[in-house]
Amino acid sequence: MKKLCLTVLGLYLLLLNAFSQSVVKGYPSVAERKAPMEYIDKPLHLEETNIVSSYYNQNGNHSAVTGGNGTEKVTDISNGIELKFVSSDFLGHKYTLTTGLGIDHHTAASSAYVSKTGASSTGGTRVYPSVNYSVENKKGTVVGFGAYYSGEYNYHSFALDANYAHKIGMGGELSSKVSAYMDKVKLIYPSELIPTPVVTSPTAITSASGRTYNSGGQGEENNRTPSSPRNTYTGSVVYSQIINKNLQASVLVDLVAQHGYLSLPFHRVYFTDASVQVENLPNQRNKIPIGLRVNYFLGDNIIFRSYYRYFTDDWGIKAHTASLEIPVKITPFFSVSPFYRYYTQTASNYFAPYAQHATADKYYTSNYSYSALNSNYFGVGFHYAPPGGIGKTNLSSLEVRYGHYTQTTDLNSNIVSLALQFK
Amino acid sequence: MRNQLLMKAVVVICFITTLNSCTTVRSYQRNKLNDSEMGLSGRKVEKNELNFQSYREGASGANGGKTGGGCGCN
Repeated sequence: MKKLCLTVLGLYLLLLNAFSQSVVKGYPSVAERKAPMEYIDKPLHLEETNIVSSYYNQNGNHSAVTGGNGTEKVTDISNGIELKFVSSDFLGHKYTLTTGLGIDHHTAASSAYVSKTGASSTGGTRVYPSVNYSVENKKGTVVGFGAYYSGEYNYHSFALDANYAHKIGMGGELSSKVSAYMDKVKLIYPSELIPTPVVTSPTAITSASGRTYNSGGQGEENNRTPSSPRNTYTGSVVYSQIINKNLQASVLVDLVAQHGYLSLPFHRVYFTDASVQVENLPNQRNKIPIGLRVNYFLGDNIIFRSYYRYFTDDWGIKAHTASLEIPVKITPFFSVSPFYRYYTQTASNYFAPYAQHATADKYYTSNYSYSALNSNYFGVGFHYAPPGGIGKTNLSSLEVRYGHYTQTTDLNSNIVSLALQFK
Repeated sequence: MRNQLLMKAVVVICFITTLNSCTTVRSYQRNKLNDSEMGLSGRKVEKNELNFQSYREGASGANGGKTGGGCGCN
């Protein structure tokens, strides 16, 4: 009888404890899980600021400005700031407005030889503002639009894009983007290859007010450098998938179509008979890059970030890119990330080295970016992001990264980058 | 040619098999996946590196960077 009572008591206590799992500290109770979450209106506020600056220097001996034989010395200082504003409404929609501004200043020794005497300017500045707006609902579906501008002395670009993303199953996400770049290339030719202007007599025109002025004629059109359009249309798809607690991967595919003036007007090409012309490339190019990213967290301190890309286009270039970065967490807030990237490509159908193009070639370039080449890029990055910010300020993250780049074309370069995040 | 096709088929089969072996990971189990170093997009600090690589090489795209247009480059 005693055993029976104790058994019944034990079963009763077990029954009581069975429901205690619903009130585990840190997790919502059964009642809370059934009740809908409340959303509140939040006005637009600055959530995050990112600043990225880089210093780049390069050297080489195959400048396209001098036909594939000349200095490729370049220095570039890039600065960019991005502001992210966020708001939300009582329906649980999140609105994000991202604005950015970038300013690059470069000096290129080869630019001096746009003039045959080497008297051209070697410096230039590019300014590129951007704005992007997106809306995300409670299910994580995102719709967004963006507008971009880039302006430098000899090149102007205006772009629009639209993007869409939604979650798939448990841990999957599919996103897509379409973009259009509408560019204008200013036709600045090498000094000895500037087309001879057509000389015309001025025409006298009398306006409705009775004022008479001259229109056209030698001199008026000579002062304006003509431009030629270049348009680029891109469709991108990215599929990301969580595989397990330590592993996730994504596949990236772009389809790119370019139309218009795809050469650069200040690039020279020398032929076997010692004559020289401006680079001439087809007015259409279609590209397909396909990328794969796989990230794996090994143990508690080591992460493997790997990337592979296959590229092909209708100019004859086939390329493979493979990179591996291994962030090592020295502390939960400080990591050191050595990295290595290998790249190899076949030559374009239209490339030939200095003075090796035949005069009968329809399309021709001596730009070594289109030659058969391999490259190696390696370096190290440091990332520091303590909780509460660095020095108890709004500076939430600091990242410094150095890389050294070499190509089999004898081009080599170094880049140092700094990224600051404020929250 | 045949070996290349075979290699591509092996890679695709491995990838599909990996995706099919995905396990359900609850939000409270994603502490490692949510680590800033595990993000599947490129780091912001790499942005200018992607630019110079697209200028100096014939290939671009499929990495969150330039695919063409926006500059006097490839």
